[in-house]
Amino acid sequence: MQNKSIAQMAAELRLRTYSSVELTRHYLERIARLDPRLNSFISVASESALTAAERADRAIAAGDAGPLAGIPIAHKDIFCTAGIKTSCGSRMLDNFVAPYDATVVERLAAAGAVVLGKTNMDEFAMGSSNETSYYGPVHNPWDADRVPGGSSGGSAAAVAARLCAAATGTDTGGSIRQPAALCGITGIKPTYGRCSRWGMIAFASSLDQAGVLARSAADAACLLDEMAGFDPRDSTSADVAVPDYVDALDHDIAGLRIGLPKEYFGEGLDPRVAASVQDAIKEYERLGATVKEISLPNSPLSVPVYYVVAPAECSSNLARFDGVRYGHRCENPKDLEDLYKRSRAEGFGDEVQRRIMIGTYVLSAGYYDAYYLKAQKIRHLIADDFARAFEEVDVIMGPTAPTTAFPLGAKTDDPVAMYLNDIYTIATNLAGLPGMSIPVEPVDGLPVGLQIIGNSFQEARLLNVAHRFQHVTHWHQGAPSGFE
Amino acid sequence: MSLDASDIEKIAHLARLEIALESIARYAADLSNILDLVAQMDAVDTTGVEPMAHPLHMSQRLRPDRVSERNQRELFQAIAPLTEDGLYLVPKVID
Repeated sequence: MQNKSIAQMAAELRLRTYSSVELTRHYLERIARLDPRLNSFISVASESALTAAERADRAIAAGDAGPLAGIPIAHKDIFCTAGIKTSCGSRMLDNFVAPYDATVVERLAAAGAVVLGKTNMDEFAMGSSNETSYYGPVHNPWDADRVPGGSSGGSAAAVAARLCAAATGTDTGGSIRQPAALCGITGIKPTYGRCSRWGMIAFASSLDQAGVLARSAADAACLLDEMAGFDPRDSTSADVAVPDYVDALDHDIAGLRIGLPKEYFGEGLDPRVAASVQDAIKEYERLGATVKEISLPNSPLSVPVYYVVAPAECSSNLARFDGVRYGHRCENPKDLEDLYKRSRAEGFGDEVQRRIMIGTYVLSAGYYDAYYLKAQKIRHLIADDFARAFEEVDVIMGPTAPTTAFPLGAKTDDPVAMYLNDIYTIATNLAGLPGMSIPVEPVDGLPVGLQIIGNSFQEARLLNVAHRFQHVTHWHQGAPSGFE
Repeated sequence: MSLDASDIEKIAHLARLEIALESIARYAADLSNILDLVAQMDAVDTTGVEPMAHPLHMSQRLRPDRVSERNQRELFQAIAPLTEDGLYLVPKVID
């Protein structure tokens, strides 16, 4: 049951082969039995899931069901959900039940999706291994001693382990694509502004974007069709028409021009990962695509630029957590400053505090020009590199991450080593472009991701390009042992 | 770039974070390492380059200045740590 595509589940629900209540119970049973090995969920919402499933069954019976009616999904715990705790992986929000639903949550609910629960994540989405979560690390379903990637590590592990049909995620510097790669699933980060940020707890507002983690491009298209679109409540939401992503999946890709940035195949890339990615690109050539080397000369600067821009915006966004209006509050504050300082120090973990301090430093008097302004200028150069590349190619391909999943604890003492995991994903966020990761041939039993980057608002093209590959290969169907 | 203990104390104060004395050395080392990474930017000539304020070069949308939200004070204050008569309570600020 859990290996069926979303389209197949939707069709069988309509044929009453099984009910949404049965399907939802099946997933809840899997979560109860298997998630203790993974820790991929922070909250499981059995009761509200079954209520939503009953509602979906009634809508199907009445013939007015939405496209995702009765399909059980999970939300990253960064999306506000009225009635289910939204912790953002932090002690700061351990007691927080949002008074409203995020737009993405609202839209998926309107399409009939059933929410099984909220998935684990790096605290406030700051991390690449899911080890900064207040609720403990998530284990990679392919090897429990390894990380699932982050920050959407819980969503990636839950989808890979078939604990939900698909899950939402967010991607500020690679947080959908990198865990999708490390867990052997399909992830898409849409163009900046494509999905509403309203009700999605802010980390770095000029980079944050919601997207999907799923078992295939076709499944991802089903969710993105519902999530994408203009939202007046998000001031940076893009008022750009949304094509039908499912309709575009089967388009022919003969003649597709693929660019391979030479900077993405250099030092630091595991040669076995490189070989696996190259094999996938050969498959695209067999499908009629042409390949050429391109250059993104400023992309090596994307990590330094990101570690100015993202912490700067984080320090500003996280100033709202003050122990006054919601969230954690320290005991017996002696004055207002003590209330702020201790509530924040107790509520935030180490990585979040490091980033707040870096951000505070680079924005402090006298340093703005040398750091933030300089970073925003180089960001322009990085975006220009992509613009030039897209004059001669349709999509850019390369590895999603430099290595397969690394052991838990391997990089927790060295923040900079951890940051370099996102070396191939960050530039896309800085330029606001859409990116995907799809599974290709594993290395030593561990998943490898192929990254596909498109021009702005080319999500339909990306999903189409990914789907055609998945049509002729089977890497996306592999299930980790014990979770088949 | 190397930060010392007094830099960390100043930054932590600006960020309103209570930092334990024994953590200061570690934060100083971590933040200095991150700033070393960031220093790669210095090698780039950005003369005449416009800073990028928005990834898609869109400008901020404006809406008419009309009331569009209803008052939901009770709902929002239901999750507050401490309130009284519709007000958020904090330690006394003025004697």
